[in-house]
Amino acid sequence: MLLTREQIENIAHLARLALQPAELPVYQQSLSAIFDFVGELDRADTADVVPMAHPLPGLSQRLRSDVVTESDRHEINQRNAPQVAAGLYLVPKVIE
Amino acid sequence: MVHTLSLAQLSKGLRAREFSSVELVRALIDRMEAHQPVLNAMITITREQALVAAQAADKDLAAGRGGPLTGLPIVHKDLFCTEGVLTTCGSHMLDNFVSPYDATVVAKLKSAGAIMLGKSNMDEFAMGSSNETSYFGPVRNPWNTDLVPGGSSGGSAAAVAARLVPAATATDTGGSIRQPAALCGVTGVKPTYGRVSRYGMIAFASSLDQGGVICITAADAALILREMAGFDANDSTSVDLPVPDYPATLDAPLAGLKIGLLKEFFDKGLDPENEKCIRDALAVYERLGARLQEVSLPNLPLSVPAYYVVAPAECSSNLARFDGVRFGHRAKDPRDLMDLYKRSRGEGFGAEVKRRIMTGTYVLSAGYYDAYYLKAQKVRQLIAADFKRAFAQVDVLMGPTTPTPAFPIGAKTSDPITMYLNDIYTIGANLAGLPAVSIPCGFTSGLPVGLQIVGPHFSEGKLLNAAHLFQRETDWHARAPERFS
Repeated sequence: MLLTREQIENIAHLARLALQPAELPVYQQSLSAIFDFVGELDRADTADVVPMAHPLPGLSQRLRSDVVTESDRHEINQRNAPQVAAGLYLVPKVIE
Repeated sequence: MVHTLSLAQLSKGLRAREFSSVELVRALIDRMEAHQPVLNAMITITREQALVAAQAADKDLAAGRGGPLTGLPIVHKDLFCTEGVLTTCGSHMLDNFVSPYDATVVAKLKSAGAIMLGKSNMDEFAMGSSNETSYFGPVRNPWNTDLVPGGSSGGSAAAVAARLVPAATATDTGGSIRQPAALCGVTGVKPTYGRVSRYGMIAFASSLDQGGVICITAADAALILREMAGFDANDSTSVDLPVPDYPATLDAPLAGLKIGLLKEFFDKGLDPENEKCIRDALAVYERLGARLQEVSLPNLPLSVPAYYVVAPAECSSNLARFDGVRFGHRAKDPRDLMDLYKRSRGEGFGAEVKRRIMTGTYVLSAGYYDAYYLKAQKVRQLIAADFKRAFAQVDVLMGPTTPTPAFPIGAKTSDPITMYLNDIYTIGANLAGLPAVSIPCGFTSGLPVGLQIVGPHFSEGKLLNAAHLFQRETDWHARAPERFS
């Protein structure tokens, strides 16, 4: 199976990745090879198999009580932000 | 000469005042800096902070205070968040990220007294098997600097192999602790899923990721694992079980231990020289009283394809957080929000990370979910059931960690599938959430070979015991490359 250039562009769009034109044929080839490779899974008979939901049998996600446990650290956390004003993250204008 | 000593030996030396923690830390960081241009094992070296911490450790030691690791040096894989210190995950995306908090593993080792010397190099976001995908350049194998150290914890493995540090944290999603440990001739331990907190570990594939450690000896790994393991309310997959005293069970006799030889691991892909080392190692276990028996896991050959659906799927979801808004790389002069997202991610991520994000996006997209993701999770269940059946017959499984010894830098970068197949023997344990170790068991053409031992869930104590007794009988683990010994 060879994915088309359009398919690669669509996947990149869904993944929110801007690709350079030179990257497209590279991913076209390698992603096609990967999907051929993982196609081997079709060999397995999984008719009555329940898909794995957790690597440890019998365990599921723990829940905790719905109480506030964190202190306000927004100033420390925002030190890594590219652009901040008045405690808010700045992005290009979204609504005209 | 302190650099050749194990943690256990260093701890004795510190307590007997043969040397101070400051002297030890200074000696190791001097070596680390001297070898950095050749090995590129580190991304950040934290000399100043380490010396301040070492001074405090010396005071504690003098006063008879301190924890089990007081004054002992460690390096953290640059995937663990470290408060106030650059935490890059080997990526351009995070090359300006100073973590606002410590990962639980980092905090636990710090409170046990360990001193961080720096952050080790790694494949970008832990996606790689050769440490060649790092934004900060490849790490070189100390046994032959033309070769890869393995990955993704290549910096941690190379640093321990070159005796820059006696212990380094690492993480394992598909073999990223065991494979570089094998290729660098050191001891690597990947614990049971949920045994070690993932809080503050930058996520790659959350149902597979597990933190662990790389050391010179299994005894040292037991010492570190006892401190880093345990329940953490901040990780919803952390398991609430008491942590055994791993060092206390290291010397338990192995008489009667039932070892399963995985038929699927001794396949045509296994280098005959590697196989010879593994067979010799198994003979050592027989002398120790263990019994060998062949077992088969018929679905194991599907572990690599299953992994390359599940891991990219989870990666595409986890890495969606890197949006150029709250932290990480942001593209210049975005036209609009979509342009900001797309160019920040397109520029910030390297080629392999983008490949995996796109693979994951595709297998989770409408119309393909059942055919790929659901199918892979079913196959994963079959593989886990195979392991369960095997552990009804034997106590542990043994086989090679890797099909071949270390390969040249650049040899496999053009073909992702060839690179992915490096992890053919390690991925099964991740898919089933099992603990596994790799220990040095010989050399082929001057390059180390790793023996892998896999056990049932929460059998870390038994694996470390088996590894330790092998290391009492052999000296493969004690060998260091001449240039660094």
